[in-house]
Amino acid sequence: MRPFRRHLLLCVLALAASLTYAGEPLQVRIGYLAYIPASGPLLSNVIPEPADAGLRGAELAIVDSNSTGRVLKHSYQLEATSADDSTSLLSAAKALHQQGVRLFVLNAPAASVRQLSQALPDSLLFNAGSADDELRHSACLANVLHSLPSRAMLTDALAQFLTVHQWQRWLLISGPTEDDQAYAAALKRAAKRFGHKIVAEKAWSFDNDQRRSAQAEMPLFTQTAEYDVVLVADERGDFGEYLPYQTWYPRPVAGTQGLTPTGWHKTVETYGAAQLQKRFEAHAQRWMNDRDFAAWIAVRSIASAVSKLRQTDAKAIRQLALSEQLPLDGFKGRKLSYRPWSGQLRQPIELVQPRALVSTSPQEGFLHPSSELDSLGYDAAEVRCDLATTPF
Amino acid sequence: MRIALLAASIALAVPLALASTASLAATAYVSNEKDDSLSVIDLASLTVTETLKVGMRPRGLLLSSDNKLLYICASDSDRVQVMDLATRKIIKELPSGADPEQFALHPNDRWLYISNEDDALVTVVDSQSDAVLAQIDVGVEPEGMAVSPDGKWAVNTSETTNMLHWIDTSTQQLVDNTLIDQRPRFVEFDPDGKRLWASAEIGGTVSVINVASRKIDKVLRFQIKGVHPDKVQPVGVRLSADGKLAFVALGPANHVAVVDAQSLEILDYLLVGRRVWHLAFSPDQKQLLTTNGVSGDVSVIDVDSLKVTKSIKVGRYPWGVVVTP
Repeated sequence: MRPFRRHLLLCVLALAASLTYAGEPLQVRIGYLAYIPASGPLLSNVIPEPADAGLRGAELAIVDSNSTGRVLKHSYQLEATSADDSTSLLSAAKALHQQGVRLFVLNAPAASVRQLSQALPDSLLFNAGSADDELRHSACLANVLHSLPSRAMLTDALAQFLTVHQWQRWLLISGPTEDDQAYAAALKRAAKRFGHKIVAEKAWSFDNDQRRSAQAEMPLFTQTAEYDVVLVADERGDFGEYLPYQTWYPRPVAGTQGLTPTGWHKTVETYGAAQLQKRFEAHAQRWMNDRDFAAWIAVRSIASAVSKLRQTDAKAIRQLALSEQLPLDGFKGRKLSYRPWSGQLRQPIELVQPRALVSTSPQEGFLHPSSELDSLGYDAAEVRCDLATTPF
Repeated sequence: MRIALLAASIALAVPLALASTASLAATAYVSNEKDDSLSVIDLASLTVTETLKVGMRPRGLLLSSDNKLLYICASDSDRVQVMDLATRKIIKELPSGADPEQFALHPNDRWLYISNEDDALVTVVDSQSDAVLAQIDVGVEPEGMAVSPDGKWAVNTSETTNMLHWIDTSTQQLVDNTLIDQRPRFVEFDPDGKRLWASAEIGGTVSVINVASRKIDKVLRFQIKGVHPDKVQPVGVRLSADGKLAFVALGPANHVAVVDAQSLEILDYLLVGRRVWHLAFSPDQKQLLTTNGVSGDVSVIDVDSLKVTKSIKVGRYPWGVVVTP
């Protein structure tokens, strides 16, 4: 028996009957700025990321937020633009700023985040696209909050799991790009933090005999001192996909391929996540990924703050977000909040393989004086920033 | 759970003494979300006597006023099933709308108010004629559902919109909304219908609302020694029939809070199984059963002494629970 009235996400909710909350009507305009650089030619025939990753999450959050908004007379609107380079992204941002938009969700590389932060000093920006650690621990951009997990959060989440399994001897393989190097650096930091030993470190150099396939190359390439697990830093998916099942020792692969830490995945279903997944799939006709989630929770953060504050002022929203008095519902089994020192959204990290949820970190037993979620990524004492006291 | 184990070993000696009263014993029905089944528990022996196959992903359960019929939300089957408790057979299936999770029965014993989580709707079904009487647009992810004892109000909670939606049952129209904390999960009227208790899972609070004004009287916050505040996620709420005590299931905090329902002070926290969802009293109000989703068991609370006396293994992810005399 199928429902007799199909899912209409954009249905007009008949909530307006009430005047209980009839305060000042508010227009909440949120700019969505996307610039995703091309990843260059790849060796492996990777399954491409959807081009609208992020955007569809932000759109869904607008629909979700308007359901409360209709009663409170708050109307949310997304002004979405995507650019082919950082310069046109900047001019698109400035154009929106001219029109009065002061709240932005960014899905762009770290360099663009810095550029936009400087260009829009009176606006609040949510970084939903860059996992760069420097943005969190030393850049101290006063007007930027981060909803996407940092690389350090991801690799710490993975390292905790490997500790639980006592897979403590690592072979680390990294690719040549700056992003790969940053991921490898985060893995090394996590290894040190959680007592793992990197028994060998290799760079994938691409100078193998091209007559031999990458698959054939991998067993020899991974013939090193014995390890429990191979860690791979290959963010573009250039060669890492060839590692599982091709290692010299019969060992698992983890990192950017194999067992992968991420902020969101199709297989997350508990704590009401199944409902969010279903709503997203009805909206976007595809699975929700970590970018979609980061953009979704960024818009939801704005809406949760606006519902509480009854105003749209960027400064007030930022202050509330950094005060830890803004519990956010991210369907991850606990309330989420922003770290006052770095503006990073605390969140559990899922460890997944392509079709299954393997585990969720923080792992049990990794304690922290204030929040176990702060055992992932840079803690207050490890960073130069203190956003909550930085003038905006 | 040392207390429960101890109690369990004592309980082993007790059933013989109680066997003579078994014919009068109450029966509990527990829905097992991941087993597509109901566990039947005999409350005299506190053992599972039968497991019944039902529709997919059974969650909310409720009884007809004469306790003869059991209504089951089979969420993934998109229907409400009706079981005749005399034969324990499904006698009919009601059109519920998509993904029914929680529901409530009007005191007229006919109108079922059902939340359709995926469609942002409340569906009203006449359980006798099987007719859909109304579909009411509410907030995103409708969840909790309750009808006031006088039958005037049906109240629905929406998890993403963070509101209580007040439906006038005489017109089946939404007439008011109350904003509460993040992720409202469950609503329960007190026995005289003056107050409404609403849990907010992510907010970590229970709002007690004055029904006449539809404004919040008090927001209850819970602090349990040794449990991180983020793990306090209230879900099910039950009030004793005399209106004196309220019990609040605190989810992954693995505790049930005991609240003085008049003064609204928190009296105690009782350790139960893992991820406690919902609660039900025995007919004599002396026992309270809790469903513990993650540990796959039911804890039994002795209401007089406020002690947890036993845990009973049921199916995977037990969710809803009701008790018949």
